[in-house]
Amino acid sequence: MAVVETRKLTKVFKRGNVGAVNNVDLESREGEFLVLLGPSGSGKTTLLRMIAGLEEPTSGDILIGGRLVNDLTPRERGIAMVFQSYALYPHLSVFNNIVFPLKAQGVPKERRQKQAEWAASLLGIQHLFARKPRELSGGERQRVALARAIVREPSLFLLDEPLSNLDAKLRASAREELEQFQERIGTTTIYVTHDQVEAMAMGDRVVVMSQGVVRQIGTPADVYDEPADTFVATFLGSPPMNILPFEETLVGFRPEHFLPVGVSERPGASVSYSYHIDHSEYLGAELVLYGVMVGGAFDGMKAISRVPSTHAAGLTDGSTHTFWVGASDVKFFDRVTSKRTTASRLPS
Amino acid sequence: MFMPAILYIVALVGVPFVMAFVYSVSDAKVGSVHYHFVGLKNFIDILHNPTFIRSLENSFLFTISSQILVLIGSTILALALRDAFPGRRFLRFLILLPWVAPVSIGSLGWKWILDSLYSVITWVLVRMHLVNQFDAPMWLGEPKLAMMSVILVHTWHMMPFATVILLAGLTAIPSEIPEAAAVDGAGFFRTLFQITIPMMLPIINVAVLFGAIFTFTDMTVIYILTRGGPYDTTQVIPSEAFFTGILGSDLAEGAAISIFLVPVLVIAAYLALRSAHRAEVT
Repeated sequence: MAVVETRKLTKVFKRGNVGAVNNVDLESREGEFLVLLGPSGSGKTTLLRMIAGLEEPTSGDILIGGRLVNDLTPRERGIAMVFQSYALYPHLSVFNNIVFPLKAQGVPKERRQKQAEWAASLLGIQHLFARKPRELSGGERQRVALARAIVREPSLFLLDEPLSNLDAKLRASAREELEQFQERIGTTTIYVTHDQVEAMAMGDRVVVMSQGVVRQIGTPADVYDEPADTFVATFLGSPPMNILPFEETLVGFRPEHFLPVGVSERPGASVSYSYHIDHSEYLGAELVLYGVMVGGAFDGMKAISRVPSTHAAGLTDGSTHTFWVGASDVKFFDRVTSKRTTASRLPS
Repeated sequence: MFMPAILYIVALVGVPFVMAFVYSVSDAKVGSVHYHFVGLKNFIDILHNPTFIRSLENSFLFTISSQILVLIGSTILALALRDAFPGRRFLRFLILLPWVAPVSIGSLGWKWILDSLYSVITWVLVRMHLVNQFDAPMWLGEPKLAMMSVILVHTWHMMPFATVILLAGLTAIPSEIPEAAAVDGAGFFRTLFQITIPMMLPIINVAVLFGAIFTFTDMTVIYILTRGGPYDTTQVIPSEAFFTGILGSDLAEGAAISIFLVPVLVIAAYLALRSAHRAEVT
């Protein structure tokens, strides 16, 4: 049974406007780490808030554990949520922050103490019990927020960009920690982020959203390797997929698959193009090339290439080389709908 | 740059304040040009004056009960006006009116509402058969009712100010905090008493202390509604000082009465400023 299910879920903030969330059908699996990924304004946070009960849907249904929860208050839904700002209660100590949900549930004092110690030990924050939130670092606050969320063992975890307030270095370690933590407690989790690296690294499945619509649902490999439309293709991956028009279709291939002849080790058919390098960025492990195609079907169109530094010899600005891309790495999209289509012939 | 402000404060606040001290230890009378130093005689005299003792008690009763009512009322109003609903702006404007309108006009309105013959409240109560038409309550003519009336009218006058301050404190709480409380399973009252009010405490302190100082030193409502009557039962320190010093020509004793509470007010002002500072810092 799905832990969370949404059916044709829609939210329109102002009548007459386009919905912030439109007809979203979603089904999470037991124990899964589901990531909602999209740019800001894509409706991912609104979707999460509707599941939490903080936002009322305009139409559609939300089911948690098979039960229709549309008309239930947040407290009746048995969920826990970690907010972007962590929303710790500033006037309460860490201990009182953590036991607050238990107090609200009327859990007896001894059990509260035990549960709080259990939650804090999972996150290694027992030594912070007496402190106030303002005396904590960003990473410690995040852990307290997590402890407050797990302390009553909810059936569902909602996380709204919990890492976005941390600095880059801390974010990487917090990400790993959060991932292991979720695996250990095994609670179904829905995680909102606009960071594709976070989504790819943590998600069992990724839901890519844009303008209130789900563009694709799949494993990180699915959405990266087999994007359903040009939005998913260009939103995931940095630099984004090259999308070049050809006859009635759009042809897409990733910069890391567009390499100087001979570099690719993938067997199979390939197609080669003459490529003029305008300028390049050296990023240590790799070289990112910005240039234009010369001659052939794509004459004059811009394309990006990502070459491992070990193969970068001779790729200087202003030079022209022959590049190739494996036939299986080329994706085709409909020019009108921008959705994936089956392969037409490979342009050369 | 600050010169005009300093001059203004010295001329309009400093000089009268010093004069009050000078008069309070003298035998100055309105119309007399003599000045004799008499030490603390005026203070000893007023302490033996039952009207003064009554005024002192009334001042505390008037201030404390009106501030409690203001606090409860303005918290409810601020909570009601926090979330958006159609007509909220208009309602906020209406609620501010008692504060914006001159207090004398408002109090005159209340004087009619509480009039012994034409009181609309009495009229309604009679029509509801709750009171006897020929034995109607004299809102401003019976000691207890008169005190209640001046407290309520003063509360009505002070409420908007406190509401605006509390509303500012309330909107300063990030919306994610009450949302987190809702997800954590807290109901309305738990969120109110364990999250919202504790978080607003510094700003509530500011509102209460400023309100208390203002109330302690104000006599407008009492002067217009009861003139301290009946039989000085609604007299407070400022009105007693005014009646003694100005209307009764005994400048010295009036000054002694009016500066009697300076130490209390200085402490209150210090506390108010300190909690205002704290509200700013956290």
